[in-house]
Amino acid sequence: MSDPRKRLISAKAGERLLAIAGWTVVWLVVAFIILPAVVVGISAFNDRAILSFPPQAWSTRWFARAFSYRDFSEGFRNGLIITAFASSIALVVGAGFAFALDRYSFRGKMALEAVLTSPLVIPHFTIGLGFLILAAQIHATRTFALVIVCHVVLVLPFVMRSVYVSLRNLDSRLELAAASLGARPGRALFTVTLPLLIPGLFSGWLFAAILSFNEFTASLFVTAQATQTLPVAMYNYVREYADPTLAALSVIYIVVTALLLTIANAFLGLGKVLNVEHVR
Amino acid sequence: MSAERIDPREPVSPAVSAPVADAAARVAGVQIDGVTKRFGDATALHEAWLKIADGEFMTLLGPSGCGKTTLLNLIAGFLEADGGEIFVGGRLMTETAPYDREIGVVFQNYALFPHMNVAKNVGYGLRMRGVAKREIETRVAEALALVKLDGFGERKPRQLSGGQQQRVALARALVIRPKVLLLDEPFSALDKNLRGAMQVELKEIQRRLGVTTIFVTHDQSEALSMSDRIAVMSQGRIRQVGTPDEIYRRPLDPFVASFVGDVNVLPGRLERRIGETATVLIAEGRLSVSADTLEGIAPGAAVDLYVRPDAVRIAEGEGLVSGTVATHVYQGSHVDVLVDVAAARGGRVTVRVPGHGASTRWPAGTRVSLDFSPADAVAFASDVA
Repeated sequence: MSDPRKRLISAKAGERLLAIAGWTVVWLVVAFIILPAVVVGISAFNDRAILSFPPQAWSTRWFARAFSYRDFSEGFRNGLIITAFASSIALVVGAGFAFALDRYSFRGKMALEAVLTSPLVIPHFTIGLGFLILAAQIHATRTFALVIVCHVVLVLPFVMRSVYVSLRNLDSRLELAAASLGARPGRALFTVTLPLLIPGLFSGWLFAAILSFNEFTASLFVTAQATQTLPVAMYNYVREYADPTLAALSVIYIVVTALLLTIANAFLGLGKVLNVEHVR
Repeated sequence: MSAERIDPREPVSPAVSAPVADAAARVAGVQIDGVTKRFGDATALHEAWLKIADGEFMTLLGPSGCGKTTLLNLIAGFLEADGGEIFVGGRLMTETAPYDREIGVVFQNYALFPHMNVAKNVGYGLRMRGVAKREIETRVAEALALVKLDGFGERKPRQLSGGQQQRVALARALVIRPKVLLLDEPFSALDKNLRGAMQVELKEIQRRLGVTTIFVTHDQSEALSMSDRIAVMSQGRIRQVGTPDEIYRRPLDPFVASFVGDVNVLPGRLERRIGETATVLIAEGRLSVSADTLEGIAPGAAVDLYVRPDAVRIAEGEGLVSGTVATHVYQGSHVDVLVDVAAARGGRVTVRVPGHGASTRWPAGTRVSLDFSPADAVAFASDVA
């Protein structure tokens, strides 16, 4: 029989070792997550016109170029237009479908669900290529409509999912209570159902907007010079130049996104926006 | 609850008088005529017939899955019946949508609107009716006073305790001056002490307003203490409708007898039946009980006698059955003496003795004779061969 006190000490030591190992893993993972952003962030201030690391001399001229390069500012503007339309349309359509799938049972419900979620299975380049072929038939390859339609299809499953989950979490008795109190279906929808779905709708919209703004693969097929989005413009840039402008653009992107999220958090609460907090 | 709880001389606060006067003019009886509801292959409700009088407090009592909530949802209009008709205040409800029925509902989880404060919750039904803003304010204040939540209007539901949420739900349902008030297991989420207090309070409010109330519960003591009448349900059927006393003392079938209150079962044999009286032979005796519950049972058939623990006495001399005291269960106001009786179903008879001296008078191991009045026994055909 070993001395129980000794056993206790050795157990404690083992525990401490485990804790140290655990924390090491956690910090390594965190380091790897932020490593690319840090490397790019430092490269953005390199004075030399090549993407070398670490920089020998410092400059902020690439930030000036990122702002002044016309393809970027146009791509940014195009991206905003496309994202605004695509995510809003996807929200309305996706919410409608989510509502139908949650509330009604009908023939072909499973098939509809499968089709609506199929963009998760079909590769983005297939979707982009398909739309490109179709658009070529009607000579519409240079239109915003093409890019927007393509993005709607791509983000629809995500919006639907988000709204569907919030609908599921909504207590149906709240709507029954509204009805018993004299609310007709339309008024119950606007006074009870929709207000309670807002966090879900907003998070669905935000998710769609982020996906649409960053989408590259399908966009490469369906955009033209006049409709190219920022990721496509960046791809075209890196094919010609190897200077740190893209690194500078990345830094701007990260800062702006962080600012937006901070604002969203301050006004709405990040938990609500991302729909992780259960809304009672 | 005793009658002196509502003293007519007790001054009624002016905030409460308005709904009292108004509700009385609007209450309506409910008539359920052969209503059937099926879910797929399962029949949740078999041809239910029930008449609820104006201002009556009717409880639908039964175990889960007995169809009581289905019936409630049919009355509210949340479900459509597959057969039969429902009348409220003499008006056929079949074609009436829930929002036109003017029936107040209190849900099991209260279903308060989480994005509205208490005043907005309570005033919701009035806003849907297009009541003027001023009047809404007054009536919401009255309703909150009625449930003793004055000054809680600005709070959000999540800032309230379970009991307070319960009151808000009640106020919200009552403020529309409903013809009928439906309550679906409203106290099941509350702890025992609060439940008792809320039962008393609901009963008082119901009496003051005189609103026809249909209360769904699986808790037999809740049903016995609150109801004017009880409809006992099981497996989609209404088994018996009656006052709490009738249900408790004159159950019509073994299910009602054993679901409502505790009961002892003594197997016996039907000796003969003359008119309204049946003579039943049990282990050590013979007694005459009402023959109402033995229709169509031939002499010689096996029957079971159902006797409540509070009707059984420990006899000084000879009794109807005898046994040995096994143990005592102290319950505060009374003691349950558990007696091993070979002749009883389950081998045990529970005797409820008021006070606390039972364990010293009849310690464990004492041979005792048990007696009861034939009037307190109900006989049913035995379901055990």
